[in-house]
Amino acid sequence: MATAPPSTYSAVTLNINGEKHTLTVDHRTTLLDALRERLDMTGTKKGCDQGQCGACTVLLDKRRAVACLQLAVAAEGREITTIEGVAEGDRLHPVQQAFLDLDGYQCGYCTPGQICSAVAVIEEHAAGWPSAATDDVRPEAGPPPLTAEEIRERMSGNLCRCGAYVSIVQAVARAAEADARAAQDAPDTQGAPAAQGTEHEGAAA
Amino acid sequence: MKEFGYERAADVSGALALLDADPDARFLGGGTNLVDLMKTGVERPARLVDVRELPLDRIESTEDGGLHIGATVTNSDLAAHPDVRRRYPALTQAVLAGASGQLRNMATVGGNLLQRTRCGYFADVSKPCNKRVPGSGCPAIEGEHHNHAILGASDHCVATHPSDLGVALAAFDAVVSYETTDGPGELPLTDLYLPVGDTPHLETALPPGALITGVTLPPAPAGAVSRYRKVRERASYAFAIGSIAAALDVRDGVVHEVRLAFGAVASRPWRARAAEAALTGGPVDAAAFAAAADAELAAAEPLPHNGYKVTLMRNLVVAVLSELAEEAAR
Ligand SMILES: Cc1cc2nc3c(=O)[nH]c(=O)nc-3n(C[C@H](O)[C@H](O)[C@H](O)COP(=O)(O)OP(=O)(O)OC[C@H]3O[C@@H](n4cnc5c(N)ncnc54)[C@H](O)[C@@H]3O)c2cc1C
Ligand code: SF4
Ligand code: FES
Ligand code: FES
Repeated sequence: MATAPPSTYSAVTLNINGEKHTLTVDHRTTLLDALRERLDMTGTKKGCDQGQCGACTVLLDKRRAVACLQLAVAAEGREITTIEGVAEGDRLHPVQQAFLDLDGYQCGYCTPGQICSAVAVIEEHAAGWPSAATDDVRPEAGPPPLTAEEIRERMSGNLCRCGAYVSIVQAVARAAEADARAAQDAPDTQGAPAAQGTEHEGAAA
Repeated sequence: MKEFGYERAADVSGALALLDADPDARFLGGGTNLVDLMKTGVERPARLVDVRELPLDRIESTEDGGLHIGATVTNSDLAAHPDVRRRYPALTQAVLAGASGQLRNMATVGGNLLQRTRCGYFADVSKPCNKRVPGSGCPAIEGEHHNHAILGASDHCVATHPSDLGVALAAFDAVVSYETTDGPGELPLTDLYLPVGDTPHLETALPPGALITGVTLPPAPAGAVSRYRKVRERASYAFAIGSIAAALDVRDGVVHEVRLAFGAVASRPWRARAAEAALTGGPVDAAAFAAAADAELAAAEPLPHNGYKVTLMRNLVVAVLSELAEEAAR
């Protein structure tokens, strides 16, 4: 068929940690490779490159995603947060602090992905999302308590070769508690994961 | 990876036109399956048409009390939706049993239904595979097949369809809607996937270039309780070796209505109609559940290394229906 061969690269502007970066990418470039190889942001790690380990976890529009299966060109227009952007200036994110305080790592390779994932896990739970470990998923049942079993299930997309899971679970639990306390003190500042047009709470019985 | 063009579709007709103009173009949803397969060379599109931003991201109640789910709704949004959790809990459970939080945030409903098999030979371009290269052979039959099909397979391919979401949709009688340049169409989910026969490379009944626009669920069976149970080789973040979606409505001590669908046993989500027929109108006890499972599994043709699935599915039917019967009695 006589279609002109398409251009195989594009100029894209990526919004990363609140800063805009314009670069020309071969369409084959994943967000992970764009971050590491083009933008020198090597905090995001490459483990499997197949969506199977979570080392490359970043936040896209405040939701966790694996950067190795995300094409850079398709990430244009989205708000990208990497491990370099989770702290507030010099103040560590409570999840980072909890990982430090409780030794939530050994070699540290999986840690940026674990932390980005945990930040989102806490928000997902605060928004009332059930998980595969939740007995009763009906909204009437209310949000499940964030037990160790819930944390393990919700964090299961992040593998740790060093097997630091025990302290990872403790760190996530501690950060979640701190987050819940802060939410009680200031109920309006609690952010739910970015809605994508399907939140029809109360739309039907 | 082969080089490719990339376009973002603004509306459905634009997406269809782009695909129509280039036979080597493919739709891109979350990319969690397609990008993976492009890296290994299994998929070699010349152009990707990104459909993620199409206005197909809503979940809406239908007039008859069912639910319409847009094709670009993410797996996460589907699982978290209050109406899904309230009326079709097995659907939420099925989605949450799949992949990881990261992947569910990226994956779309349309992409999940059209994800390809996880057969290792299919994913390895150095190996023959009838599904990838028609006529090249099926090494799985003599080789590694412990997680391959026991139902509805053929001498040409024994691959399974890996979707969890699809299994729950099959149980709830979902209908898939699509658009083509010639107009819209619909297919019951159970007819979306073609029988394997000698054409395992032809996977769906969708016309070429069709865009899935959504999935419609009729009202859940009145009074029914539902559940999804998945068995895998580790506790989480793994594909099923066997799974079941079930809904049960017990009235006056007999099975008034029952829905059963199996996952990871066939090239499509397997609606267990023989088991349903055996159960309907009958007693609510373990012996009846086991007999119904046997009625369905009589057609099973296990290979040397996946015979365990017959026992597994039989046990799953009995266990999940027993739990639902208890829940219904509460
Ligand atoms: C590590 C890992 C573990 C996983 N575990 C599970 C699991 O346990 N259970 C499970 O069910 N799944 C699992 N998955 C698969 C995952 O659910 C799918 O990859 C995902 O649902 C695909 O959706 P997508 O939007 O990313 O599709 P894409 O990768 O974007 O597309 C997949 C296919 O669908 C086509 N397509 C996409 N949208 C449309 C549309 N609207 N109309 C027509 N065609 C379309 C594409 O052209 C492509 O051929 C896993 C994946 C990974 C990587
Ligand atoms: S089972 Fe199907 S997908 Fe796997 S090698 Fe055989 S033909 Fe290919
Ligand atoms: S590197 Fe992305 S999931 Fe492993
Ligand atoms: S700390 Fe070493 S891989 Fe997790």
